[in-house]
Amino acid sequence: MTATTSTEQDFAPRRSALYAGNTRAVIHRGFLATRSTNGLVVLSGFFEPVFYLLSLGIGFGALVGTVQTSTGQEVPYAAFIAPALLAVSAMNGAVYDSTWNVFFKLNYSRLYHGMLATSLGPLDVALGEIFLALVRGAMYAVGFMVIMQVFGLNLAWTALLALPAVLLIAFGFASLGMAITSYMKTFNQMDWIAFIMLPMFLFSATFYPITVYPEAIQWVIQALPLWHGVELVRGLTTGALSPMMLVHVGYYLVMIGIGIVFTTSRLRALFLK
Amino acid sequence: MPHPVISARQLTKTYGDFTAVDAIDFDVAPGESFGLLGPNGAGKSTTMRMVGAVSTRTGGELSILGLDPNQHGPDIRSQLGVVPQQDNLDQELRVRDNLLVYGRYFGLPRKVIAERADSLLEFAQLTDRAKAKVDDLSGGMKRRLTIARALINEPRILLLDEPTTGLDPQARHILWDRLFRLKERGTTLVLTTHYMDEAEQLCDRLVVVDKGRIMAEGSPAALIREYSSKEVLEVRFGSDKNAEAALSLAGVGERLEVLPDRILVYSDNGEAALEAITRLGLEPITSLVRRSSLEDVFLRLTGRSLIE
Amino acid sequence: MSALDQTPAAPLTAQTDAERALAAGIAPRRWGSWYVAEHRLRGMKGYLPDAIFQSFGNPLIYLFALGVGLASLVPQGVGGVSYLQFVAPALMATAAMTIAANETSYPIMAGFKWNPIFFAMNAAPISPAQIVNGTMIQLAIRIVVTVAIYFGIIILFGAVPSPAGWVAIFAATLTGLAIGAAQASYTSTITEDKGQMAMLQRFAITPLFLFSGTFFPLEQLPLWLQPLGWASPLWHGTELGRVFSYGLQEPLWLTVTHVGYLVVLFAVGLWATHRHFARRLNK
Repeated sequence: MTATTSTEQDFAPRRSALYAGNTRAVIHRGFLATRSTNGLVVLSGFFEPVFYLLSLGIGFGALVGTVQTSTGQEVPYAAFIAPALLAVSAMNGAVYDSTWNVFFKLNYSRLYHGMLATSLGPLDVALGEIFLALVRGAMYAVGFMVIMQVFGLNLAWTALLALPAVLLIAFGFASLGMAITSYMKTFNQMDWIAFIMLPMFLFSATFYPITVYPEAIQWVIQALPLWHGVELVRGLTTGALSPMMLVHVGYYLVMIGIGIVFTTSRLRALFLK
Repeated sequence: MPHPVISARQLTKTYGDFTAVDAIDFDVAPGESFGLLGPNGAGKSTTMRMVGAVSTRTGGELSILGLDPNQHGPDIRSQLGVVPQQDNLDQELRVRDNLLVYGRYFGLPRKVIAERADSLLEFAQLTDRAKAKVDDLSGGMKRRLTIARALINEPRILLLDEPTTGLDPQARHILWDRLFRLKERGTTLVLTTHYMDEAEQLCDRLVVVDKGRIMAEGSPAALIREYSSKEVLEVRFGSDKNAEAALSLAGVGERLEVLPDRILVYSDNGEAALEAITRLGLEPITSLVRRSSLEDVFLRLTGRSLIE
Repeated sequence: MSALDQTPAAPLTAQTDAERALAAGIAPRRWGSWYVAEHRLRGMKGYLPDAIFQSFGNPLIYLFALGVGLASLVPQGVGGVSYLQFVAPALMATAAMTIAANETSYPIMAGFKWNPIFFAMNAAPISPAQIVNGTMIQLAIRIVVTVAIYFGIIILFGAVPSPAGWVAIFAATLTGLAIGAAQASYTSTITEDKGQMAMLQRFAITPLFLFSGTFFPLEQLPLWLQPLGWASPLWHGTELGRVFSYGLQEPLWLTVTHVGYLVVLFAVGLWATHRHFARRLNK
């Protein structure tokens, strides 16, 4: 809580109301806050996808054998779901950090009110929070990819590129998540975010190819962000590169752009009245 | 005294090596308004929890309404109203629902509870807030709702632990007025406080407690008569000079109390004491003559101020 | 002011006071747990519409994802029944576990800390054990309703071959209560929120969900992971549900063991929770 207290009465003129070029201060506070919370809790986030991989990859995989990917490749079930779990954990981490975490700071600890009373602008705060979410996401991703390597689930050298891909996915969800959270008022509304994420998690070609669904439903799924993330990462870890991947990357670049513009204008509306 | 509704003999509560309540004796008569006055940590709340039959005593005897709380906790609690130090209303329920739900805990029929809830809301001046969320109430309103809730079972004894701590002066006066009405109706009140004005306003009789022991007992007026003079003269000579000046003041008034920021001169005639000081050639920066209060009693008994 | 005017102005003798108290104590001693359950059910009013919507939405989502989607990878079915039939009892037990895990995490901690209603109940004639029992009654009601809805939707999916299938509702409820009591015995000891709830979720509830023979028979796991399933109340509850739902073939002693394990876990959890509540409320 370093930046919150002392400077509330600092009415020094802002360099730029929106952006003071001081995202570092926000990031620094974030690291200090993480250090003082339970480190085990932060570390525990790494285990969730590993548990899923062990359970479904090994247990369910024994029932299934191999699965055909969207590019027509036959891969072991574990190799099919591992990249999806990587994308999902990037999504979950980013969404958690940008929704629950931000919601709490926005409405309960009122951290941002303190921050914005200083020379920091809303964009500093937004970028700082997103950066912190990405650092955490990157740590989990690297850990999970090591596990994948140990189990022999990285089928091609292009798997290395999955790391930047995961960061891209996390960036997309974090920037949009913050904007949506700024509209939320109660914990109950926050529960709805989890409820809406559940079908996306289950249906986006994470655990089985979407070809089981009628074409109309497939179109809906393909319009949602997670499917693009899963396909992108899966293409990289299985080595089945295709021009479609450029579409996936483009989808996320647009999502990031919209998210940042949207978040910034919301923060401006909330704090710079 | 008629049969006491509360009777404690050598009542003791220890937590490991720490003795919170140290072998205290007291009785409370029916209809009486009885106070425990003391600083934070004196053992008041612990005593209240034992009287409230939710905390098991470590030693001594305790009888409430003629029953032993060790065996008859639920029966005793059916006759008590409890206003704890920290409000514990259900914030997830609305104002009136808090009363309805709480009434059920006494096994009362819903119809009776509904009737009482309405008249209690009126009593607590919360009728127009019946449907409000608890969170949206002010501190004073929450306190009044807690008192209303404590009255839902028409208790024989109402226990109030620091009823007005943390409230602004106006809210305190509204609350005192409500409590005074209960007292007039004959409800037995037992309250703890570290405010002497509150004790003077509400208590027929009180005990001064410190470090788990009873230091003195009596009505507020009697305690002041016994342990203090009629008036007190407060003089200030400046932060560093008080102690030095006090040396020259020996003999003025009946007794002196040197505090860090002022000197208290106990005398039945404050103005005369002030003249005596001027005659000594001393010139206080400020001076004030006031009536003795329970604060002075406490200072005399413990050498410490009530609110630290 | 009618209610207040009834307060007797003339002091009664200690004798009649005691008699009055003993008479007034009878109802709370007998029914106290139900009063607590009533209170907690009333507390649900605020989010009831959402809870109802989600109790219909969740089964639909899971049945479409697992029963239709995941099932497409296992066309041969499992142990003689379709994958949907295999997984349906597991989903019911899992739903019961999820509710139990939620209701016995923050709500228990809050009752001592942020919304300290347990102290208020105890100041009235309610005992610590009654507070715990009332909480469990409310939990049981919530689980039965949710799982029954789940069961109805599973029937619509045609995934319950056995006529005794409805007994799986109670197998799931017992599973939820056992897990709820066990978790409550821990959460009732937490005084400071240091992220224990997140740890519980990640290192207890999620692994239970994944390694309890829910998505696949336990035997598919490597031998060293199987004991995790045997120790898991969710495995016992799921297998029990399967016995009734589609007549899973297993020795009778094993079915008895499932019930016994869950009952014992519930009883021990309840006993420990009683103790922890009593210690915490009697300061």
